[in-house]
Amino acid sequence: MIEAPDLSWAALAPMLVVFGAACVGVLVEAFAPRESRHPVQVGLALVGTVGGLVATLLIAGEPDEVTAVGALAVDGPALFLQAMIAGFGALSVLLFAERALDPARSAFVVSAAVPAGSPRDRELTTVPRVQTEVYPLALFAIGGMMLFVSANDLLVMFVALEVLSLPLYLLSGMARRRRLLSQEAAVKYFLLGAFASAFFLYGLALVYGATGSVLLRDIREATTAGSGGVLLVLGLALLVVGLLFKASVAPFHSWTPDVYQGAPTPVTAFMAACTKVAAFGAILRLLYVAFGTAEWTWRPLVYAVAIASMVVGAVLGLTQTDLKRMLAYSSVAHAGFLLTGVIGLGADGGGSGLSATMFYLLTYGFTTLGAFAVLTLVRDGDGEASHLSQWAGLGARSPVTAAVMSLFLLALAGIPLTAGFTGKFAVFRAAIEQGAWPLVVVALLASAVAAFFYLRVIVLMYFSEPAADGPTVGVPGLPTTVVLAVTATATVALGILPGAVLDLARQAAIFVG
Amino acid sequence: MSDFPFLIAMIAVPAVGAAVVAALPRGRDLLAKQVALGVSLVVLLLAVLTTLAFDVDGERFQLTTAVSWIPDFGSEFALGVDGIALVMLLLIGVLVPLVVAASWHEADAGSRPARVFFAWLLLLEAMMVGVFAATDVLLFYVFFEAMLVPMYFLIGSFGGPRRQYAAVKFFVYSLVGGLVMLASVIGLYVVSTSQLGEGTFAFDALRQLDIDPDVQKLLFLGFFIAFAIKAPLVPFHTWLPDSGAEAPIGGSVLLVGVLDKVGTFGFLRYCLPLFPDASRSFAPFVLVLAVVGILYAALLAMGQSDMKRLVSYTSISHFGFIALGIFAFTTEAATGAVLYMVNHGLATGLLFLVVGMLISRGGSRQIRDYGGVAAKAPLLAGAFLVAGLASLALPGTNSFVSEFLVLIGAFPERPVFTVLATIGIILAALYVLLMYQRTMHGPARGVLLQEDPAEPLPADPLPSGGGATATAARTAPHRTLRVLDLSRRELAVVAPLVVLIIALGVYPQPLIDLIEPAVVATLGDLGAPGGTDR
Repeated sequence: MIEAPDLSWAALAPMLVVFGAACVGVLVEAFAPRESRHPVQVGLALVGTVGGLVATLLIAGEPDEVTAVGALAVDGPALFLQAMIAGFGALSVLLFAERALDPARSAFVVSAAVPAGSPRDRELTTVPRVQTEVYPLALFAIGGMMLFVSANDLLVMFVALEVLSLPLYLLSGMARRRRLLSQEAAVKYFLLGAFASAFFLYGLALVYGATGSVLLRDIREATTAGSGGVLLVLGLALLVVGLLFKASVAPFHSWTPDVYQGAPTPVTAFMAACTKVAAFGAILRLLYVAFGTAEWTWRPLVYAVAIASMVVGAVLGLTQTDLKRMLAYSSVAHAGFLLTGVIGLGADGGGSGLSATMFYLLTYGFTTLGAFAVLTLVRDGDGEASHLSQWAGLGARSPVTAAVMSLFLLALAGIPLTAGFTGKFAVFRAAIEQGAWPLVVVALLASAVAAFFYLRVIVLMYFSEPAADGPTVGVPGLPTTVVLAVTATATVALGILPGAVLDLARQAAIFVG
Repeated sequence: MSDFPFLIAMIAVPAVGAAVVAALPRGRDLLAKQVALGVSLVVLLLAVLTTLAFDVDGERFQLTTAVSWIPDFGSEFALGVDGIALVMLLLIGVLVPLVVAASWHEADAGSRPARVFFAWLLLLEAMMVGVFAATDVLLFYVFFEAMLVPMYFLIGSFGGPRRQYAAVKFFVYSLVGGLVMLASVIGLYVVSTSQLGEGTFAFDALRQLDIDPDVQKLLFLGFFIAFAIKAPLVPFHTWLPDSGAEAPIGGSVLLVGVLDKVGTFGFLRYCLPLFPDASRSFAPFVLVLAVVGILYAALLAMGQSDMKRLVSYTSISHFGFIALGIFAFTTEAATGAVLYMVNHGLATGLLFLVVGMLISRGGSRQIRDYGGVAAKAPLLAGAFLVAGLASLALPGTNSFVSEFLVLIGAFPERPVFTVLATIGIILAALYVLLMYQRTMHGPARGVLLQEDPAEPLPADPLPSGGGATATAARTAPHRTLRVLDLSRRELAVVAPLVVLIIALGVYPQPLIDLIEPAVVATLGDLGAPGGTDR
């Protein structure tokens, strides 16, 4: 007789809420009449994400535990990251639900399977029907991400990786306008993503071969004992490659600009905030828990990709003329800054690297979500006006929009009194404490270069004359307004009074083995 | 009275004022100006009250407040002033209301509403106060960097034709310097963690640290580069002429008068006390930069045809004197340097304001477009002359006292550098007097010349040559110079500065009394002969 594994339901509650809402969403899609689907789905998605957020907060004080036969760790970092993912997920759902901006009332294509450019497709672009499958898809992705950051076992980690990735591939292809670009993004993301998953799986197999286990705890014991050798190093390298791909770290970033540009902007915002959090959560757990005490170390690898990512992101960001692509390269550069924080793990397992990286993820998530939300407002006849030149003189035409965007750009550039500075300070301090000051110097130079392209947008908005046939700035509906208010407030608050949240991150920053 | 949180009020009042001005409805520009003027006068009052509450013989840092800010970083919202910071607060208090009054009409000409100009100006004032009043290194850094944003928008939105270029250049130069300093700030924190057991940014704790000389050198360089960009020493100076020339006049005054002083202030407050060994070993190197800056910038100033660029270059030359005074490590020289910081703010502030008034009449920044203005606008010319003479440190003006103190203080320690620096004084006389003579005296000419409708045009419109005493009326009878002399508003802007320049030239003792104890304490941290540790 097979015994059922021992499950701690309370510890799994956040994920269960989200996955439960996703499953109900699928049923709603099948049974609810078309007219009532949109409000029901939006409501359900919000209940799922906010419920997940509340559930993490409720169990935050409980003692850490490892459940499901060691496969899941519900500890401080897992809950902190899950709360972030659920929260950012809720904000993204609000962006998905915006109906006031597009004349066709939604950013998503009605029927993704219709060939782009066909008569039926042209007919559908103006039909005011809305796509509602995106909500359960997003919920599954959010659930997968929450599972990803608490996976304490490489197999579960792999399953979570697939659960979070597949919906994202689909969502990328669902833009209502510029269909071909969107479909190209989806295919590119899918092919490269599948490739990265294969890397991860192969690494998993090698690590299993070297240590005889997929549990992170057992792997740590094996690595501490010093056994393993080539097989283990190769396995670790392949696992990390799989994760770095998701985190869009150079040189595994080549999908990022195309996918960020092609995907519907709310989906881009969702990927930029939530996927980043999930991928770094998994990287942190893998490196710190399984390999943190290894005698040979992963640091040179992370060091090198961090530098590559910062340099590639900052330098290529300079050459971009499309705002979405520019923010994509900015995301690559920020991945490098995050890795600077990852380096900040002390040899004895101490150091402030974990809390700093988590805090940075929080600040970056808010800022980038906000920046993409502003992007959805500025439109011309063909959807969003994302070309840089179209933003000239926006400050005169729409002062509030330009001011909010400037706030997010200054935060991305890391100017003090915004969240971006506090986050940067935290990760740089963590790295310097471990003696990684050359890396920090590179990071500072990259920050200066990156600041230049953020500033360029501000120059365009404020110091240039408006173009004659400039874009219009849409009046956002309630959902986008809420997102902008929350993200802007958080960006300022985390810049001026970050003390309480930093404390929270520090208290949460202990992995259970 | 000394329990009143003056420093917090001096930050909060302009910050709240900025928010109020920004929130005023469209079209209420006049109200915005009045609010801005009122707020800046309140700050001046607070600065004066702060000075009265300050006890010259008391503790080094007074009027201190400390509130827990980011405990995880070991940083507090800690404010306090010594004599050096206090005189800078006074300078801010004096300059900002004058800048508001001077920008009364200029702000209307920008591409953005005037209330935006005054909102940024007040926000800038709040941050300038913060940067001088902070006694926590991280808090100082935060103000130091955040200060860029208002100035960036002032230059970019209200500046001259090349404002985009100037604004970005200003921001990127300062940001690079600031980021290099950030590495040192974090490094300082790490050193404090290892020595004190707990990381801190409190200035008083940090100056007790005993840092390894090699580490000191690296940390010193981080701070030094940031400050050398801010108070431009010569290889780092190229942003200032662009920003100084393109910024609106009010922006130029605050940029050169106060913002750049953060650099020299930083040398004294942070470089010397925190890294004494490194300061001593780098001193000859800094002195070379200072002297090269004095001479090179003075030569460049002589070659300028644009008045605002010229004034910017003279400032770079003066910053060389200040750096010389600081890195000579004697009490007289350093006291002179701090006094120089104040006096330069007043003198160059006045010079920029008067040049701005001239430019607002003619619409051109070129020297060659003006001539013979003195005959028609004696008050304008008189203010110009006072500003110019103060700028070249004529005895009787305030700058003379400070320049003299710097030179006699530095001579015993560094005779060669001091003698070379003295050449700068001669060059200063040249660039100031040439500009004055070309624009104010001589035959009337240039953009201000307008046809007299009553008379027919002569065949040869421009007079060839003409004596220095020739006036517009005599050599070109058919054209008259249309210059309005200073209006009452402009007079109200110029008069306080002229009075202060003369008053401080005759009786500088009150300021010296404020500055000297703080300088002695600073040099005491350095272990220099002129100072005692307090």
